[in-house]
Amino acid sequence: MSTNYNMILAGFGGQGILFAGKVIAYAGLMEDKEISWLPSYGPEMRGGTANCSVCISDKAIGSPLVTAPNALIAMNLPSFDKFIDTVVPGGTVVVDSFLIDKKVDREDVKAFYVPATKLAEENGLKGLANIILVGKLFKELGFCSEESLYKAIEKCVPARKANMLELNKKAIKIGMEQ
Amino acid sequence: MGERFLMKGNEALAEAAIQAGCRHFFGYPITPQTELAAYMSKRMPKVGGTYLQAESELAAANMVLGCSSAGCRAMTSSSSPGISLKTEAISYMAGSDVPALIINVQRGGPGLGGIQPSQADYWQATKATGHGDFQILVFAPATVQEMVNLVGKAFDLGDKYRMPAMILADGMLGQMMEPVEIPDGSDLKLPEKPWATNGHQNKREHNIINSLYLTPQALEKLVKERFERYEIIKKNEQMAEEYLTEDADIIVVAYGASARVSHSAVDLARAQGIRAGLIRPITLWPFPTDALQKAAQTAKKFLCVEMSMGQMIDDVKLSINCSKPVAFYGRTGGMIPTPEEVLDEIIKLGGEK
Amino acid sequence: MAVVFEKPHALTSAPFHYCPGCTHGIIHRLVAEVIDELGVEGKTVGVSPVGCAVMNYDYFNCDMVEAPHGRAPAVATGLKRAKPDNVIFTYQGDGDLAAIGTAETVHSATRGENITVIFVNNTIYGMTGGQMAPTSLPGQVTQTTPYGRDVNTAGYPVRVCEMLSTLDGVALAQRVAVDCVKNINVAKKAIKKAFQNQIDGKGFSIVEVLSTCPTNWGLSPVEALDWLREKMIPYYPLGVYKDEEKGARLK
Repeated sequence: MSTNYNMILAGFGGQGILFAGKVIAYAGLMEDKEISWLPSYGPEMRGGTANCSVCISDKAIGSPLVTAPNALIAMNLPSFDKFIDTVVPGGTVVVDSFLIDKKVDREDVKAFYVPATKLAEENGLKGLANIILVGKLFKELGFCSEESLYKAIEKCVPARKANMLELNKKAIKIGMEQ
Repeated sequence: MGERFLMKGNEALAEAAIQAGCRHFFGYPITPQTELAAYMSKRMPKVGGTYLQAESELAAANMVLGCSSAGCRAMTSSSSPGISLKTEAISYMAGSDVPALIINVQRGGPGLGGIQPSQADYWQATKATGHGDFQILVFAPATVQEMVNLVGKAFDLGDKYRMPAMILADGMLGQMMEPVEIPDGSDLKLPEKPWATNGHQNKREHNIINSLYLTPQALEKLVKERFERYEIIKKNEQMAEEYLTEDADIIVVAYGASARVSHSAVDLARAQGIRAGLIRPITLWPFPTDALQKAAQTAKKFLCVEMSMGQMIDDVKLSINCSKPVAFYGRTGGMIPTPEEVLDEIIKLGGEK
Repeated sequence: MAVVFEKPHALTSAPFHYCPGCTHGIIHRLVAEVIDELGVEGKTVGVSPVGCAVMNYDYFNCDMVEAPHGRAPAVATGLKRAKPDNVIFTYQGDGDLAAIGTAETVHSATRGENITVIFVNNTIYGMTGGQMAPTSLPGQVTQTTPYGRDVNTAGYPVRVCEMLSTLDGVALAQRVAVDCVKNINVAKKAIKKAFQNQIDGKGFSIVEVLSTCPTNWGLSPVEALDWLREKMIPYYPLGVYKDEEKGARLK
């Protein structure tokens, strides 16, 4: 089966949206896929909304700007509102339901609600709600092997923050349990 | 093959420059190229190089003029409004036969414009990067890996032909991450530069780096000699990628970010049985006229796709002497065309199934 | 026969193109003598300005780079960062250094860029035919201040040495004149110090040389020297404005 994931991850600046996108992109790289990662940039990154496009594909990637995602992670209401209608029919939506008090009113997408921010707090994983959501998306889509996902985390967590490694992996596992 | 890792285009440009022997970077902050300067500020001290944040783009480009005059591989980077300020020094460097690397991570214009990706500086890069009769080498990468590869090429050809070279990128390529492999430049041998003003050490006549010639006859002669060199470059250094052009009725011509979009559009067209192809200029100056002329013998129509109101289209028409119709599709102001939009244009041109 | 006077080696044999009574020639000679005396011609690179001295790349025997108008300190910065052991000097007029190149001047100074700047102040744009300069005196008649410089509309002259002396990157800021033998001797000592500072790594050194422009002032060479003494020196007092290693005040 050919791989062709066009994802958008979106939320507030500071929620680790870009980092989560990078983990997914690296997971694709671990499997020798074509990948791209494109952040939003400029003033909106200073405390406003942040988002990034991630593509994983068997073929060379054209535009890295995802305008019709088949996967969406939304971590705040403005992002949810902005992107929910762009998801292609049959697409997958993962919502941080602790921060977004709204349901997807489309029938043609698969929506999953994970109170990721609350789960992170409860499990001593403050700031890792983003990775919990990546874990959930991974469970639903299987965009790579589990091994590749952990390897990707190892690539993305700087060596000087080695203690963060296990916490990130734990976050993935919690996400997968949802 | 070395390990591939993810890198932002801006950072990859910077690391590639270091691997190409560049040890002097003179910059000034501007979105969306800032990561390049930030990367240099981190890396240069570790490789014994110089990172200097200048007081303006004017100053930064003139520091490059000085540093390149001394024979070093020097570079500066900016985005559209900043490049306008650098054109002063670029013209002087071209007029003094001094090589240098200038990177333009384009954003929307004119004026302060916007900060989203654009290709609206094509005319500036290829026709008038400053006042006077001159050209600079212009390279248009379409992937992060190609950004890396073209940095080395730009330094090499700049040195070879003694002229400034530009990487014409855009905010999308600068900001995006893709897998990349960086060549190891540790064994690099840089060319001798006997013309450099690096101190004559009492061993030769003094060298002068200068663009002033008050005698018009002398200036005309010099400019003509420079244009003879340009002819050699036009003959030898054209670069373009041809994709599915052999049997194509409609050939899309696009560079950089818009070529990525157009590549997807050509695939969509082919999936519908439309014989579409793509020519992607990699050198914008010299423009890959040969590839277009060859394609014009078989293609029925051309479609030029740009993130501007239509600038490269002039060169496409000139290259084929208007022998075939050339249509245009563009988005501007920071908008990026989608493959579907480009496909619609291909269909409008009557692409046969 | 004993040689009592000869051309410094650091000057070429090209005849100067300067007007009669212009003091550029004297200043060129002083710079060249200093380069000779310090024995640094082989590793010196000069940066020519835009203005009357634009072609001094033909006059100095060291390597030379001709910079865009006002950008000489930026070009010098590039040359110095490329080869820190080389001796880099700029030679600039008042329009070049104190108008179009003010940012480059101030910022190379405040960076403590280890270069030597020779600043020739003759209160006028000479090459373009005598327009108001940033250093033109209040009331001074020029081509573009035909009724005299009106400070209400054209503002006040820039005192460069005073301004730069406030910056910690500056090692030497000294104003001299070349209107008489005594002052020429002082000027040479200052220029030598400005080069020696660079060799010793002390930081940015600038010597401002009050100069004449008989042609554009509309005066004879002798009258021009009198005008310099009577009008310029009172507004631009000679002297040392800063003389210490860069950053010394912070220690």
